[in-house]
Formats: sequence, structure tokens, C-alpha cells
Amino acid sequence: MNVATERLIQLGLLVAILGGWQLGVSTGVIDVFFFPAPVDIFNQIVSWVIDPSFYRHVTITLTETVLGYVIGTGLGVAAGVWLGLSRSAARILDPFIKGLNAIPRVVLAPIFVLWLGLGLWSKVALAVTLVFFITFFNAMQGVREVNPVVLANARILGAKRSELLRHVYFPAAASWILSSLRTSVGFAVVGAIIGEYLGASAGLGYLIAQAEGNFDAVGVFAGIIILAVFVLVIDRVLDVVENRLIKWRPNTAEEKTA
Amino acid sequence: MALAMVKPVAAATVEQPRNAMVSIDSVTMSFGTFVAVENVDLTVADGEFLAIVGPTGCGKSTILNAIAGLLKPSGGRVSIDGNPVSGIQNDIGYLFQQDALLPWKTAIENVELGLLFKGVATAERRERSMMWLAKVGLKGFEQRYPHQLSGGQRKRVQMAQALITGPKVILMDEPFSALDIHTRHLMQNELLRLWQEERRAVVMITHDLEEAIALGDRVAVLAAGPRSRVIDSFDVDLARPRDVAEIKLDPRFMDLYRNIWASLRGEVEKSYERRD
Ligand SMILES: Nc1ncnc2c1ncn2[C@@H]1O[C@H](COP(=O)(O)OP(=O)(O)OP(=O)(O)O)[C@@H](O)[C@H]1O
Ligand SMILES: [Mg+2]
Repeated sequence: MNVATERLIQLGLLVAILGGWQLGVSTGVIDVFFFPAPVDIFNQIVSWVIDPSFYRHVTITLTETVLGYVIGTGLGVAAGVWLGLSRSAARILDPFIKGLNAIPRVVLAPIFVLWLGLGLWSKVALAVTLVFFITFFNAMQGVREVNPVVLANARILGAKRSELLRHVYFPAAASWILSSLRTSVGFAVVGAIIGEYLGASAGLGYLIAQAEGNFDAVGVFAGIIILAVFVLVIDRVLDVVENRLIKWRPNTAEEKTA
Repeated sequence: MALAMVKPVAAATVEQPRNAMVSIDSVTMSFGTFVAVENVDLTVADGEFLAIVGPTGCGKSTILNAIAGLLKPSGGRVSIDGNPVSGIQNDIGYLFQQDALLPWKTAIENVELGLLFKGVATAERRERSMMWLAKVGLKGFEQRYPHQLSGGQRKRVQMAQALITGPKVILMDEPFSALDIHTRHLMQNELLRLWQEERRAVVMITHDLEEAIALGDRVAVLAAGPRSRVIDSFDVDLARPRDVAEIKLDPRFMDLYRNIWASLRGEVEKSYERRD
């Protein structure tokens, strides 16, 4: 099946779903209190998008997401590579890591608010706790699964420890880390949004919480869609980054047999 | 095969008078309680090409890893150029049986690694790597990643990578076994040419007896494992330079083949019996 046909089918599905939904609303089968009409949601989104103050919320959420993401993945990669290389440290710390990872992050939100206030950093902290573990486990796995022959080869060619890190461990772990970066973007957004939802004065999570407080289902749905688009855009950016970084891997997008 | 009737004629096991580059003294290698090789003695003179043959699983790779310092012997001593081997050696070239190129580096980046780790300046590194890639017939493939190269091309990059630093000792673990017969002949000749230019001590492992005789100065035969040891050593006194395809028609080549096969055959059979 060629790309154009697939795109056409995707478009058809979208039209069918939205059309059916709108039809259900206008014939009264669907209760607009719970499922507002797509047209209303669309109008709400438009009125937000043309309102300059809306971008303050987007900026705040984006800042929280990016900070949480960068700090979380940075710490995760560092800790993962370290524990991947040092078996004894990994064994000693294992129960602590498992214990920390077992804590449902949502319950930490109030504590972070207590520690860091209602501002930006309590949301960043929540995002960090979500992102850290995903990157951490992937980086550790990536380092452990380095091909032993490649490693032996590099060592025989004269690589010292720091050179092994740079030329063997990091690149080998990179594809694991990158695939975790995908998953963790979603989690960074979740962290930021939940933080805002539970207590904030700005941000997309705050917008949704406010709409909910007013039983404004249109606002909630519009917020959800904005969020989805938000994550999709970040995901696209990562796509580009990933293809830049890992051009050595077979079957990436650049591969064409012409 | 009719060759089985022929008895080994004058198996030459004379010590080389040249100074030893690699010496393996009563080395025993074990994995836990499993003794792979026991009391192996082998000497490779400077500039000598030693081929090692033996049934599968007898411990050939294990011996090579001991020379490279990747595995530690449980008994005995290995030394290179008079210095005892402890830990990974840097002045050797190791051509692994498996793909050992760094998949995230292009051909030229792979080839220049050894020089990079030795601190050679960028310009010189590039120049020498280009030269080596050309030597192994891969001019124009500098910017390819390993996955964009064929199996034979990857082997050639690996060869350039292992040899560029001019190592004192070259170790090769079945370097050509995965290649088709034409590529194999091509690369064997290439290897002989490179070795002829600059004689190094070479230890090559192979499953292929013809390859061992065509390339080697000497062929050592290992017994079936476990507790494998060297059971025979044959001097190959065929003139150099050799062409691997033509030399197989030489009557002396065939004599040697018969003799070594007579010695190897029993061990191969033993290793299969044990498997049942
Ligand atoms: N890490 C290991 N742990 C336990 N046993 C091992 C290990 N590595 C090798 N062995 C055993 O040691 C013996 C020798 O292995 P080695 O790889 O040296 O064989 P080989 O002669 O190179 O075989 P082949 O020709 O098939 O490559 C084998 O019986 C193998 O099972
Ligand atoms: Mg082997």
C-alpha cells in the first residue's frame, strides 16, 4: 500500500469519527454535557489559539516539561551508565532504586509543593522523578548489552577507560537511551500537567483544572487536544534529532535503495 | 577419503632458531572446572606465519585470547617479545572471527581508531587511514557505515583496522571462514601481500586445512578437547611469494595436506564421537 492511500484512509477514519460524533450530538444521541460537540471544542481551541495570553500557559508548561525532561534524562543517563559499568554499585543500590521506583509519583506532588512552592520547580521535580527512571533503566541496559567483541576490539586497539566511554559505551547505549527519550517525553508532560493540575496558577494543566471546576467539558476536551498536539510536536522534534544522531543504524528513514 | 591410508611422513617439529616473538609455555586454560587446553607449548618466531588447526571446540580461540590478554591462563606463561602478558595487549593486531567494527563509526573512522588512541594527529591519521583503506581495496568506501558494507568488505575494514598501527603480532581467528571462495582467495592473497611487505609474527586459526598450508610457514595441530594440546607441528617449506589458488596444485602441497590431515582426522573424529 502506498503512502498516499494510507494517508487517505487515515483522513477518512478521522472524518468518520468526528462526523459520527458531531452527528450523534446534533441528533441528541450523545449528551453534550459529557461529550461536547466537536465543533464547540474546535471553536474553543480557536479562541484560545488567537488569544495571546494563552501562550503564557503553553510557555510555562513547555518550560516545565523541557526542564524536567533535560534534568531527568541527564541524571538518568549519568546514573545508568555508572551503574551499568559498576556491577557492585548496581547490586548495592538495587533495592533502593526499586523501592524509589515503586512509589507512585502522584503522591509526591504535594511534597514537592511543600518543598519547592507552587511555582515552576515543584512541577519540574515531579517530571524529573517520572523521567529519571525510564532513562536510567534504559541507559543501564544499553551499557550492559555492549557487544563484548566490539569492546574487546576497542581495548586491544588501545582505548583507555574514558575513550571506551566516549567511543563504545555511550554510542552503544545511545539507541537505548534515545528510545527511552521517546517514552519519557510523554512522562515529562504528564509530570508537568499533574503538578499544575494539583496546584498552580498557570499552565495547560491549570487551564484544564479550571475548566473542570466550572463543569466546562468543552474546555477540558479542548485542553486535552491541545496537550496531545503539544506532545506530538515534541515527538516530531525528537524524530529529527534521533535521525541526526543515529545515522549509523540500519533501517532508519534515510535508508533508500535507489 | 583415500587419504586416510597415508601415514605422516617425517612430521617436522624442529624448533625455530629465530628469536621468539610469541611464546606460550605450558599454558593451561580452564573455565571453572572445565579444562579447555592443558600444557600447551607454542613458539612463534618474529616474522613467522603460524597456522593453527584443530577440531571445533578444542580451544583455538581460547589460546588466541590468552595471547591477546583477554583471558588469563590458569597455569603457565604467555609472553610477547620477551614481556609477560598480563592484561590486554595494545601492540598486537587482533582480527576477530565475529564482526568487531564499531557500528556507529564509518569505515575510515573505524580504521583510524588505533591511531586515535595512540594520540596520532588528525591529519596524519586521516592520511594513513585513507592509504590503508586503499590497500585493502576499499577506496571510495570511506564514509560507509559497517551495515552499508558487505561481509567481505567489513572483513577488509577490520583487517585495515587491525594492521594500521603496525602491531608486532597479528592474531587472526578464522578470518575468512564466512566468505565465499572467490572473496576468500582474494583476501588470502591480499593478506599474503601485506604480510610480505612487512613481515610480522602471525598466528592464524582456521578450520580450513588448505588455507593453513597455503598461508602458513608452519601448521600446528591441536587435539580434540577437553584438555587439548598441540599434537603435531608441520613446517611448510613452500616457496614464497605464493598464490593461494595455484599453490594447491603443487605436489608438495598435496603431500603436506595428506600428512596433516592424517594427524588431524583422528582428532576430528574423536570430537564428533564425544558429541553423541
Ligand atoms: N566462557 C566460557 N565458559 C565456559 N566454557 C567455555 C567458554 N569459552 C569457551 N569454552 C569452552 O572451551 C572450549 C574451547 O573453546 P574455543 O572457543 O576456544 O574453541 P575453538 O577451538 O575456537 O572452537 P571453534 O573452532 O568452533 O571456534 C569449548 O569446549 C568451549 O565450550
Ligand atoms: Mg573459535
